[in-house]
Amino acid sequence: MAYYEEEHLGHFADMGQHRPDLFQKFMAWYQACQEDGALSRREKALIGLAVAHVIQCPYCIDAYSQSCLESGSNIEQMTEAIHMASAIRGGAALIHGLQAHQSVNKVSM
Amino acid sequence: MTQELPVVLPPRREARAPVAFERKLAQHDLTLRAAGVETLQVNVGKLCNQACKHCHVDAGPKRTEVMTRETAEQVLAALRRFRIPVLDITGGAPELNPSFRHLVAEARAISARVIVRHNLTVMFEPGQEDLPEFFREHGVEVVSSLPYFLEQQTDAQRGHGVFEKSIAALRRLNAVGYGVGDGLILNLVYNPVGAFLPPAQSLIETDFKRELLVRYGVMFDHLYTITNMPIRRFLDYLRRSGNEERYMQKLVAAFNPGTVAGLMCRTLVSVDWTGRLYDCDFNQMLDLGIASPLLQTIADFDPALFANRPIMTGAHCFGCTAGAGSSCGGAVA
Repeated sequence: MAYYEEEHLGHFADMGQHRPDLFQKFMAWYQACQEDGALSRREKALIGLAVAHVIQCPYCIDAYSQSCLESGSNIEQMTEAIHMASAIRGGAALIHGLQAHQSVNKVSM
Repeated sequence: MTQELPVVLPPRREARAPVAFERKLAQHDLTLRAAGVETLQVNVGKLCNQACKHCHVDAGPKRTEVMTRETAEQVLAALRRFRIPVLDITGGAPELNPSFRHLVAEARAISARVIVRHNLTVMFEPGQEDLPEFFREHGVEVVSSLPYFLEQQTDAQRGHGVFEKSIAALRRLNAVGYGVGDGLILNLVYNPVGAFLPPAQSLIETDFKRELLVRYGVMFDHLYTITNMPIRRFLDYLRRSGNEERYMQKLVAAFNPGTVAGLMCRTLVSVDWTGRLYDCDFNQMLDLGIASPLLQTIADFDPALFANRPIMTGAHCFGCTAGAGSSCGGAVA
């Protein structure tokens, strides 16, 4: 069994077959988040792409890559967004090194 | 026991959509009929100095289909007789047709607005160096494809070295007064470099204006966004890359009933290099002629008969109705 199927993305609405009330609430919120607001659709698509990489969701990466292109971003801008997310993730890992140092120091002479 | 021969199907000319276009229109209580004839769009041939990967005409340097002077005269006769306001000349690279300059000059002499779909690089072909001055002399409106303001994307679609030449050509057009606010119109065309929909026209126009000016010192008037049509070379690309089904689903899902009233086929008649008539340049490439029993050639053309004709449609029509819509003049909704 393959755990990820490309076709699943187009069948997301099938999640509404059970507890459609919950799915509809999710979709209303999700779609409202995509609209132009204080941030543009383009900026939101780049945020979506960055987050998709941090959570490493292949569906989200596929969907937000398309969204970025269709909102006018280019591959350089998308790559910068991915680096930004990755750098924060890398930094977040690295700063936990202080916890390790603290732990080591606690038991060291 | 007989051995069955394998069934060999001819390649499909049209993409396969999950629903027929006519059915989609019906679902929205819409029909598609013409609303007059304001533009005669003349495809003067398939000869081109480029061979772009998305070209719906399949144009290129080896194509030999070129409109004759006799057919060009029939186009001019129709313009004169019926006072059609706009002549929109396309190809291939229309400038490579020996009758091109005659067609432009005569059309301008009868006060038609003349639009030329100019690929920019053709002005560096032998004998075409004075095209900017020719365009200016005749007050031609120039519409040029530039799929992106960066070299990588443009060359990926239009061929190696095209971007650099295009920028040089745009500078030449600016130098003679095009696109700089002197009344000589230079519009650019964006189309996606791949299997995705164009962004909002106003948004990407702002990007193009800023980037072309800052990076290359180039100016232009307006940017038209055009959706890639799933026919000919772009359809070949969709099939080779495994994107056909997904792209068609995307076009159908993005169907916008608000685009239908503004579709270009409603006010345009397309003429091919032999003089045959079509509802648009895309139908022309699919040999999808005008609804019978209307007369089919420019020699027989009568706008009164065409003004309310039903438009012939196919799966490719979803390309013109997706999102903000698409036409030779950009977004329609």
